[in-house]
Amino acid sequence: MTKTVGLIAATVAAMLAGAGIAQAQQKEWKEVRIGTEGAYPPWNNLNSAGKLEGFEIDYGNALCEKMKVKCTWVAQDWDGIIPALLAGKYDVIMAGMNATEERAKRVSFTTTYSRTPISMIGPKSQASTDISPATLKGKAIGAQGSTIHANFLEKYYKDAQIKLYPTQEEVNLDLKNGRLDYVIADKLALTDFIDGQGKDCCKFIADVKRDPTIHGPGVAAATRKDDTALIALFNKAIEESIKDGTHKKIMDKYFKVNILVD
Amino acid sequence: MNRTLALVVGGVIAVTLARLVWPDVTALLHGVGCEAAQGFGRLVGNEAITNYGCRMVGGLGITLQLVAISVGLGVVLGFFVALVRLYGGPVSSRIATGYTTFFRGTPLLCQLFLVYYGAGQFRPALEAVGLWTYFRDAFFCAAFTFTINTAAYQAEIFRGAIASVHRGQWEAAKALGLRFTTIMRTIVMPQAALVALRPLGNELVIMVKSSAVASLVTIFDLMGTTRLAFARSFDLSVYLFAALLYLCVVEVIRRVWGLAERRLTRHLSHA
Repeated sequence: MTKTVGLIAATVAAMLAGAGIAQAQQKEWKEVRIGTEGAYPPWNNLNSAGKLEGFEIDYGNALCEKMKVKCTWVAQDWDGIIPALLAGKYDVIMAGMNATEERAKRVSFTTTYSRTPISMIGPKSQASTDISPATLKGKAIGAQGSTIHANFLEKYYKDAQIKLYPTQEEVNLDLKNGRLDYVIADKLALTDFIDGQGKDCCKFIADVKRDPTIHGPGVAAATRKDDTALIALFNKAIEESIKDGTHKKIMDKYFKVNILVD
Repeated sequence: MNRTLALVVGGVIAVTLARLVWPDVTALLHGVGCEAAQGFGRLVGNEAITNYGCRMVGGLGITLQLVAISVGLGVVLGFFVALVRLYGGPVSSRIATGYTTFFRGTPLLCQLFLVYYGAGQFRPALEAVGLWTYFRDAFFCAAFTFTINTAAYQAEIFRGAIASVHRGQWEAAKALGLRFTTIMRTIVMPQAALVALRPLGNELVIMVKSSAVASLVTIFDLMGTTRLAFARSFDLSVYLFAALLYLCVVEVIRRVWGLAERRLTRHLSHA
């Protein structure tokens, strides 16, 4: 009798195999495989020795330490990064992935661990750091077309002259040439210009207040939808790491600017 | 003398009147076009065209302005260059030939970037001569580039047309003791105009289509507004709608040109 029950139980368990494994693992995660792209420095990249390195590698390992799980890393091309997660090649994605609505239909996102600042730059002669729409009325503001920055300008800076360019290089060049009063873009991208080509002409004016409906919630780790326990583990670890300064320590190692702004 | 005075006074009055009603006319046209585009979008059940049709019609207005300004000024400049090529001295005619060779032999986009970004590089010099305020403006840069580009093509059209008038006509006119300007105005030009008409129409059509490159230097012409609409809606049908608008403009030009040609050649047709 007990044997039969055991057999039936085993059969049912086998029938529920996929879900069963997930259920079983949800009780206790001992080992987590993390997928990343390995081609997006300084977030994650494969170094010349063929080893993964970067902000997300260090940060992911720190999170694993907090969660007391053993982590292994898998490099996966960007195009297949979500399908490979769904196929079970790894359990989590940490690859500088923005938690967009489109992606959230297929995967679950953890708490965001990065919201990169968006900044306005301008000519050195600009004394004011006020970038409110009222102040910038009638000014020429440049951005790359087809980007969230262009959408942001359209929403908040209707009274300014919005100039859209095919590439960011052309936007920067026109600021240097003096046709633009301001340029808006991702601060990380602008830092290269301000430190290099635009060293003599231009400077950071101010950071822009993010609008989640336009800029999205930020960068987060992604898991399969049914791995709720794993998400809870990660959320807790991410929150802890931000509170206790682990996040900042690793961030400062890789970035010149704060990559977790409000 | 009185006739000239009347012409000048009449011209000034006409221009002033035109300038007074121009904003109303363009606003009216834009309003009508706007409604039509949105109506078309609803008719075919396309949200992107309904939402951005208005902007695209506005962009079409910019395209037409760009083309009208550059081709209009190009006629004057092109005619002048053609005369220099035909009747100038050895140096000036070579310069004119060099000018047409360069602008007909290089891509318009390349020329536009040279003017737009090139002007930026020479900003201090341009500021010194007070030209920067013009070159700062993208629309001016585009109109400037298109003008010198189309003038080069038109110069060749005019040169060919003038050269096509038989030498005998010149010799006969000279034998009558007519002055160069009189021969040009009353004998050569009317005949050359017939020859030039068709290629000039082609040049106008080409400019309408080529003006799309203006969208790459921040101008919201028809192409620029369409790119914006596509970036927002990810709906390829906005490009189809833009193509349709360009086609309509070209078709109108083609028909007007057909009418003009019929009228100008009416003495040649056998009734």
